[in-house]
Amino acid sequence: MTVEGTAARTSRRSAGKKSGTSGTKAAGTTGTKRATRTTAKKGSGTVTAADPDLVQLLTPEGQRVKNAEYDRYVAGITPEELRGLYRDMVLTRRFDAEATALQRQGELGLWASLLGQEAAQIGSGRALNDDDYVFPTYREHGVAWCRGVDPVNLLGMFRGVNNGGWDPNSNNFHLYTIVIGSQTLHATGYAMGVAKDGADSAVIAYFGDGASSQGDVAESFTFSAVYNAPVVFFCQNNQWAISEPTERQTRVPLYQRARGYGFPGVRVDGNDVLACLAVTKWALERARAGEGPTLVEAFTYRMGAHTTSDDPTRYRSEEERLAWEAKDPILRLRRHLEAGKHADEAFFAEVEAESEALGKRVREAVRAMPDPDHFAIFENVYADGHALVDEERAQFAAYQASFADAEGV
Amino acid sequence: MAAEKMALAKAINESLRRALEEDPKVLIMGEDVGRLGGVFRVTDGLQKDFGESRVIDTPLAESGIVGTAIGLALRGYRPVVEIQFDGFVFPAYDQIVTQLAKMHARSLGKVKLPVVVRIPYGGGIGAVEHHSESPEALFAHVAGLKIVSPSNASDAYWMMQQAVQSDDPVIYFEPKRRYWDKGEVDVEAIPGPLHKARVVREGTDLTLAAYGPMVKLCHEVAAAAAEEGKSLEVLDLRSVSPLDFDTIQASVEKTGRLVVVHEAPVFFGSGAEIAARITERCFYHLEAPVLRVGGFHAPYPPARLEEAYLPDLDRVLDAVDRSLAY
Repeated sequence: MTVEGTAARTSRRSAGKKSGTSGTKAAGTTGTKRATRTTAKKGSGTVTAADPDLVQLLTPEGQRVKNAEYDRYVAGITPEELRGLYRDMVLTRRFDAEATALQRQGELGLWASLLGQEAAQIGSGRALNDDDYVFPTYREHGVAWCRGVDPVNLLGMFRGVNNGGWDPNSNNFHLYTIVIGSQTLHATGYAMGVAKDGADSAVIAYFGDGASSQGDVAESFTFSAVYNAPVVFFCQNNQWAISEPTERQTRVPLYQRARGYGFPGVRVDGNDVLACLAVTKWALERARAGEGPTLVEAFTYRMGAHTTSDDPTRYRSEEERLAWEAKDPILRLRRHLEAGKHADEAFFAEVEAESEALGKRVREAVRAMPDPDHFAIFENVYADGHALVDEERAQFAAYQASFADAEGV
Repeated sequence: MAAEKMALAKAINESLRRALEEDPKVLIMGEDVGRLGGVFRVTDGLQKDFGESRVIDTPLAESGIVGTAIGLALRGYRPVVEIQFDGFVFPAYDQIVTQLAKMHARSLGKVKLPVVVRIPYGGGIGAVEHHSESPEALFAHVAGLKIVSPSNASDAYWMMQQAVQSDDPVIYFEPKRRYWDKGEVDVEAIPGPLHKARVVREGTDLTLAAYGPMVKLCHEVAAAAAEEGKSLEVLDLRSVSPLDFDTIQASVEKTGRLVVVHEAPVFFGSGAEIAARITERCFYHLEAPVLRVGGFHAPYPPARLEEAYLPDLDRVLDAVDRSLAY
């Protein structure tokens, strides 16, 4: 067993240095050359538009490359819209950095940073219509931003004042889901309902490479395919499920899994906001046209730790991180904007000032966020009430009142 | 009156039919519930009359059934899902416990999940492994869920109506060995509260408390005890979460003795919770410790042994005697 496992692992780790021999060796072991080639490339950080499996519209240098299939989904994009995507990514990153800082300052118990995944989230998030519905994991801060969810609302659960805390229907953005992969089934069911209603909206389910191993994700693929549900499965393959590389989750590129379920899968450069926008638009269009589910694998990288409790230096190399840093999603779009003269210094300065203001607002709002009343424990356990909850609330109230009496003397 | 004699399974069928007729948002989902009408025929004829988009044959994946039902509920539907047998609910246990039960609270009350999970449960039908279990305590332990189990056709009909109308998720345990027992169902009656227990036989010497399949047994026990001059009161608890402790308390204050009967294992079973709370509430009224009769701390046995495993007339009478001996 370990022979196979080691072979696959070796090819990935050593790909940057000696992709030739170890790649071939791994191909023989896994029996699938395609898997090996892709695997080898991601480790080396040399995924380019030349790779037919990867949809890319902007190179890491910010150069626009043509794509016969997906160009039309961003054909009419204006410089203003491009600047908008840039602004979204910068503000999201700033918010994310602020949240990480707030955790370090003890204001949040935990934070799951999206650093590095801004393009995947903003690109897909901006592809959505208002009446589409989003089912996020717990890391979709950029998508939440696109949906108009106040970033401060995302912090309640990480501060520990609630376990969700926003109305999913206000922005068609469901609560964060911590149990890995569960939300893909909710998205599928919701999409089944959309189809029953004869509505022309679509649903998008976010999940990660780790979640791809969950039974619920497999079942959501089955259900959505069988019922032809209008759902887009948007997998951010950020290469790491805490400490486990994608080799511990799959022996084929994730997007290829869709084929076995009977719907298309596409791998997109997850650090290319334009490509993510285009591919997600295409997938959503399929859903709205009654063509059923699509799997989009956004190939990206979690630049930070899994959460603020994690220490990635224990399991991955600085070299790998640097290779991905060179493909930074924000820098890439900035280069493109600058080269096309779509933005000037004043614009960048303005976004910078705006992001600082956002950081300040979030900081102040979180610090002012009060602890909930003790009796919030008993609130909303049931919609129609429950005798035991009522009884225990009353007992707890009497218990607390006993202290008040003592203090009151 | 519109009272009609029907089997318990038929009563659930009629209740589901009515729910489908009255609310276009009600859906039936599950394995084999459509064309076949369910392995117990509880959903017989519903797909024919309401169509494949409302009575949905699902892939064979329990987590998928409950997970997509949650999504449909978020969209405004009221799914009634069937888990084919008690022992098959566990792939869906994660969705039920971590998602279905908690989403109302997580959304601070913004989201309601009116999902009914139907589970045929319990033994006594000579089935193979995983087809005879009573996992109700595993669900009752979870805040956010409501757990009910009817014992007769009339309750089966009305409790299903109320479960479908509930804005909370309800696990509806169907006593499969009583599916074919007939009883009067008045479809024009005004039902009492869903979570209220009922005194189904009055007595003065001891209280027997049960729900689902064990209520019939307790009737038989009370009849047998009456021949020996003992007057037993029988409670049909109907709801396991919430439990109607007020009704149990009132009965125990009268009789001073309580025996709880269920098929589920006694250890950490619902009888344990009832014993603890009734001891707190009725300490000075109790003439004997609260006793429990139920399954053993062993896997549900092969069918040829289930008679020895399940509570029966003699085992309950034995507990009655032990209680009265104090």
